Amino acid sequence: MKITILSGKGGTGKTTVSTNLAYTLSKKYKVQLLDTDVEEPNDHLFFNVNVEKEESVDILLPVVDNDACIRCGECAKACQFGAITSFPNATVVFKNLCHGCGACSMVCPVNAITEVPKSIGKIVLGKINDNLKFGMGLLNIGEPSGVRIIRQLKKHIDENVDVVLIDSQPGTSCPVVESLRNIDFAILVTEPTTFGLHDLSLAVDLVKEMEIPAGIVINRDTGNTNLIDEYAKKENIPILLKIPFDRKIAKLYSEGKIFSEYLPEWEEKFANVFDTIKGMVK
Amino acid sequence: MKQLAIVSGKGGTGKTTLSSSFGALLSPVVLADCDVDAANLNLMFNGKLEEKYDYYGGKKAIIDQDKCDKCGICKKVCRFEAINFENNIYEVDPYACEGCNACVIACPQNAISLETALSGEYYYSVIDEQKEIVHANLNPGEETSGGLVAEVRKLALKKAEEKGKDIVLIDGAPGIGCPATSSITATNYVIIVTEPTSSGLHDLKRIVETVRHFRREFGVVINKYDLNPDVSKQIENYCLSDNIEILGKIPFDELVEKSNLEMKPIVLYENSIAGKAIKEIFEKVMEKLK
Ligand code: SF4
Ligand code: SF4
Ligand code: SF4
Ligand code: SF4
Repeated sequence: MKITILSGKGGTGKTTVSTNLAYTLSKKYKVQLLDTDVEEPNDHLFFNVNVEKEESVDILLPVVDNDACIRCGECAKACQFGAITSFPNATVVFKNLCHGCGACSMVCPVNAITEVPKSIGKIVLGKINDNLKFGMGLLNIGEPSGVRIIRQLKKHIDENVDVVLIDSQPGTSCPVVESLRNIDFAILVTEPTTFGLHDLSLAVDLVKEMEIPAGIVINRDTGNTNLIDEYAKKENIPILLKIPFDRKIAKLYSEGKIFSEYLPEWEEKFANVFDTIKGMVK
Repeated sequence: MKQLAIVSGKGGTGKTTLSSSFGALLSPVVLADCDVDAANLNLMFNGKLEEKYDYYGGKKAIIDQDKCDKCGICKKVCRFEAINFENNIYEVDPYACEGCNACVIACPQNAISLETALSGEYYYSVIDEQKEIVHANLNPGEETSGGLVAEVRKLALKKAEEKGKDIVLIDGAPGIGCPATSSITATNYVIIVTEPTSSGLHDLKRIVETVRHFRREFGVVINKYDLNPDVSKQIENYCLSDNIEILGKIPFDELVEKSNLEMKPIVLYENSIAGKAIKEIFEKVMEKLK
């Protein structure tokens, strides 16, 4: 079973839900937690990760042999990103714009372009305990997009575990879609405010479009969740859990601790969430 | 004309609390909500929609099945795993396609073309005589949205010039990727909002590196600093040792919850301790923009 945890927006408690679920489920099941929030991965801060392997994520960058280049400009015509330009005395690649697609080298009539790997980030793999495997991606500063990193990280999904939990990037753009590809269920984390509802509806649009079954977790519940309850009912999405707005929980989080480890009554609640999900998938 | 950006390494640190307050305090001003993935600053101000624009992002490849002879070359050249072979046909997954053109060039049957795709909309709304806002909506699943952020900023600048306003306030996109960096390029000053959690400190370091990478002048605001004094101290020590100016610390204030519910900037609540701290930060930042 593969579950992605998302939220229309950051700061709603995605990390809290991912880490608590991973921790509680690993008492009973084999679990793999993958942090695909590659711009700012945080899950590892809540565990003691035994790092076993790191690998670089590379894209191929074109390099022009300017002695061979005849300045025909075909490469610039082929490039959709304005990342290569042929000037009268040299043909130049703008590395930060290049997506490494290879179109320019395909069209060059004199084979003046070769490609060299460039690292845009890395993947870290390891173990938290015998039942809990861990993986995360990390985008290099200054690189535009983490989609490739997420794709490579997801290649490390262990088909032998019982549950794979994917903590996605916030928002609903490309990287989030990548985290949602080929998974069984989506947990949407939200807050019971107008903002929360607004962001939640964006996430719901996305999972509906991708035809992925979903459930909602309400975080920072201050006692009145009508707004979300009504919306959930209208959209026919179950509410899996409500986590109260509680200083104790906020404090444990701020200290980098998993709250269900300290408030054991929560273990069962997270276990129940998983049972509900199992009932909803196929 | 000055451009001021408010950013945070991650969402949920209280960036909207600060930017909506700055928006309320600045007058005249043009606001640019660059958090296009989940724009919400306009919800705080309830501006009246005046103009609407379509945003065409990248292109997408489309395969003409009548011309395709199923040679599979396109699937081989696509480096974004965007071409699938299912039910005996080759098809482009529009979510994964970056519109790079490689398959179009490679296809021996000329069966593939690139088409521009509507990726979202952006809007110009008027809040009152002194304030305007440019905001956007990116369609779900669209490419990381640096391009749309750039459009929002361009329109905000244009409006500011037309109306003779000397300040554009940018509510930045969270993260450190393309939309985040598009929010800070060529700004005069950047405010980084952080909160005292151990992940907050981790995220802060990444956004500081990013802002430095783009050589912008910046300062840090610690939100809800008293929620965890130990981690707040760690953040302060980090700033001190790394020569980063702390613009101010905002105390935890239950009124903020209320202001989010009522959708009214926190500085407009007379008794708010958070509001008071924000006003002081505001004065300090205005000095810097002079
Ligand atoms: S590899 Fe692709 S993006 Fe990079 S310069 Fe060549 S054509 Fe442009
Ligand atoms: S296509 Fe090749 S020869 Fe032509 S300008 Fe580009 S690098 Fe030079
Ligand atoms: S390269 Fe062209 S002809 Fe070959 S499978 Fe792809 S679309 Fe069809
Ligand atoms: S345009 Fe590029 S990314 Fe899209 S399908 Fe073709 S080769 Fe793949």
